[in-house]
Amino acid sequence: MTSRAEDPPWWRNRRLLPWLVQGVAALVVAVVVAFLLSNLLINLTARGLLLSWSWLGNPAGFDISETLLPFDASLPYWRALLAGLVNTLRVVLAGLVGATVLGTLVGTASFSSNGLLKRLARIYVELIRNIPLLLQLVFWYFVVFLALPKGSAAIQLPGVVLAQSGLFLGSPELVNGVWRAPLSFTVEFGALLTGLVVYSAAFIAEVVRGGVASVARGQWEAASSLGFSSLQTLRRIVMPQALRVIVPGLNSQYISLAKNSSLAVACGYSDLYSVAETTLNQSGRAVEVVLILLGSYLVIDLLISALMNGLNGLVQLKER
Amino acid sequence: MIVRPSRLEQLRQELFSSRLNGLISIALIAFLVTAALGLAKWALFQAQWAVIRANSTLFALGRYPLEQQWRLWLLTALLALATGLSWGLLRAILRSGPPVTLWPRNDRWALAVLVLLSLWLPMALRLSLAIQMRWWGITLLLLVVRWALGRWGSAIPATARRLIPLIWPLLYLLGMVLISGGLGLVQVAPSEWGGLLLTLLMSSFAILLCFPLGILLALGRRSALPLLRWGSVLYIEFIRGAPLITLLFLGQNILGFLLPGGMAPDRVWRAAWVLTFFAAAYVAEAVRSGLAALPAGQLEAARSLGLPMPQALIHVVLPQALRVALPATVGQFISLLQDTTLLSLIGLLDLLGTARTVMANPAFLGQSAEVYLVLAVLFWCCCAALGLGSRALEERLNPHSRSSANLSPSQA
Repeated sequence: MTSRAEDPPWWRNRRLLPWLVQGVAALVVAVVVAFLLSNLLINLTARGLLLSWSWLGNPAGFDISETLLPFDASLPYWRALLAGLVNTLRVVLAGLVGATVLGTLVGTASFSSNGLLKRLARIYVELIRNIPLLLQLVFWYFVVFLALPKGSAAIQLPGVVLAQSGLFLGSPELVNGVWRAPLSFTVEFGALLTGLVVYSAAFIAEVVRGGVASVARGQWEAASSLGFSSLQTLRRIVMPQALRVIVPGLNSQYISLAKNSSLAVACGYSDLYSVAETTLNQSGRAVEVVLILLGSYLVIDLLISALMNGLNGLVQLKER
Repeated sequence: MIVRPSRLEQLRQELFSSRLNGLISIALIAFLVTAALGLAKWALFQAQWAVIRANSTLFALGRYPLEQQWRLWLLTALLALATGLSWGLLRAILRSGPPVTLWPRNDRWALAVLVLLSLWLPMALRLSLAIQMRWWGITLLLLVVRWALGRWGSAIPATARRLIPLIWPLLYLLGMVLISGGLGLVQVAPSEWGGLLLTLLMSSFAILLCFPLGILLALGRRSALPLLRWGSVLYIEFIRGAPLITLLFLGQNILGFLLPGGMAPDRVWRAAWVLTFFAAAYVAEAVRSGLAALPAGQLEAARSLGLPMPQALIHVVLPQALRVALPATVGQFISLLQDTTLLSLIGLLDLLGTARTVMANPAFLGQSAEVYLVLAVLFWCCCAALGLGSRALEERLNPHSRSSANLSPSQA
């Protein structure tokens, strides 16, 4: 029926045009990427730094101040990076637990019947969220933790000692002016953990507050008319419903916390990023180091996401 | 009839409604009083504010050459002029309805803060009298222009009035020239910018550029064209999966390899571009939430009226979507401003980087608390002001009920 002459010209063809636009966009991207990669290849070849992974087996030649895995300078680079990764995971895990507890407390405090507590919770959130995390970290490290007393002047409680050299748990004793204990944490770890927990808790508190606010008022009133106390109402009635809103919000806050742990270098804690920076300075292997860094954080993010999605499935309303 | 309880009765109900509440209140009051007294004692008697006074120029400008600083004074004066113009005009136009005073309540607050700051700050920093007078002059300029425009601004013809917002992009370009040199001015290399100047420059640059980039990415992510969609998704998720510091690290160490020799930008500009591309991914997600909140019928209606896609997006979809996305977008701008502190970790002398170099000076050993406290106050004020501005803008753009607005958790 329709003759060729009645067809729209090609530049107004609804079916052709989208593909043309995409083709041009893809071509531009491909050309730019090819240009960048060819430069990378030329520059790396010129410096003899072509992509290789065998250097990871060379001795690292630098020490890491604090590791869970045993490490010394004679061990290869990959062991150093692994030790850094384990350090990152350690502070992230501790931070997740701490920030969740503190954030939930602050978030529920903004629903307290006590006006002062309610306002303090708001002030906490507004204060912390408007100051850069890095500034808070250096503050905790240089102003608070490094000002702790040394040696025998340390703060001593039964079974606990807090000194400039760290936190010591389980019958600490002073040997030649150095505290020793079965369980100890350095101030670098302490400062980083405190900073991350205090900062992330402010954001988690907002997520919790939003979640609790999303539960209809009638739920509170119904529970209290059934004789529930306000704490019981929160635990048995409101929280199970609020969690459906809270868990997806927590997911992104947890990922932020994991990524923010990369600022550890500001308080002298040897996390993955800090070890990677030293590795780059020693080996000159920029591309490989950056790939390792990006890959590791991507895996950590995905792990957290997977766990939180599993949790999300548990708290969502089961519909039949 | 409802009897309002007295203030005292309200206070009693809020703080001492039950025994437990009373105990909590007393503990909190004791804690607050101790903390406040301790802080006041420290700030008044123990803190040594000389470290701030001695380095105030360093904190403000970094190592910007002394003989070129007149350019920054000129820029500040121009900024004051533009602010006064826009502020006064805004009030003059708003006044066209029912008669309002020349200085409404909020403006009187702003006026008081401005005057007090310009009187107190230069004095507290013990700047020389000549410099103090410059600050007073600049403040006076701002206020006089604000007053004159507020009084007679409505007499300006509407066509001329419409041109006034254009002074801001012009001023930005002029500011760039004044800061970096060129057009007959002596060049000042980016490595000599520092302190507050660098922080503001980096964040404003990244904010201005990441916004359009983010909108494009968000449109790409919701596009029906698969290649565009997947490209945008890949980019956004890649950026959001990596910590900023690793991306800055990438910018400093690999960008040089990716471009032909000599084409790679200066270290400062590399960081600025990384910040821009980083923030664009987050802004894209904020804008996407705004696009998602818009009923599909809006685009369909616009298209069925015969508007081509770009026009439908620009005139129908984006104005509504961006209004919804405004709080989240400004939230991203605020975190971008905070993220500029990361520049100090790659060796640039932003505010925090300057603080770290000052602290490395043995003369100022053990005075980090003072410096970090001042920086914290500065950042807090900037971020809180941005947040307040966003809320005011939100209210202005949306005169309808916003009772449900504070239910959604903010994502930062």
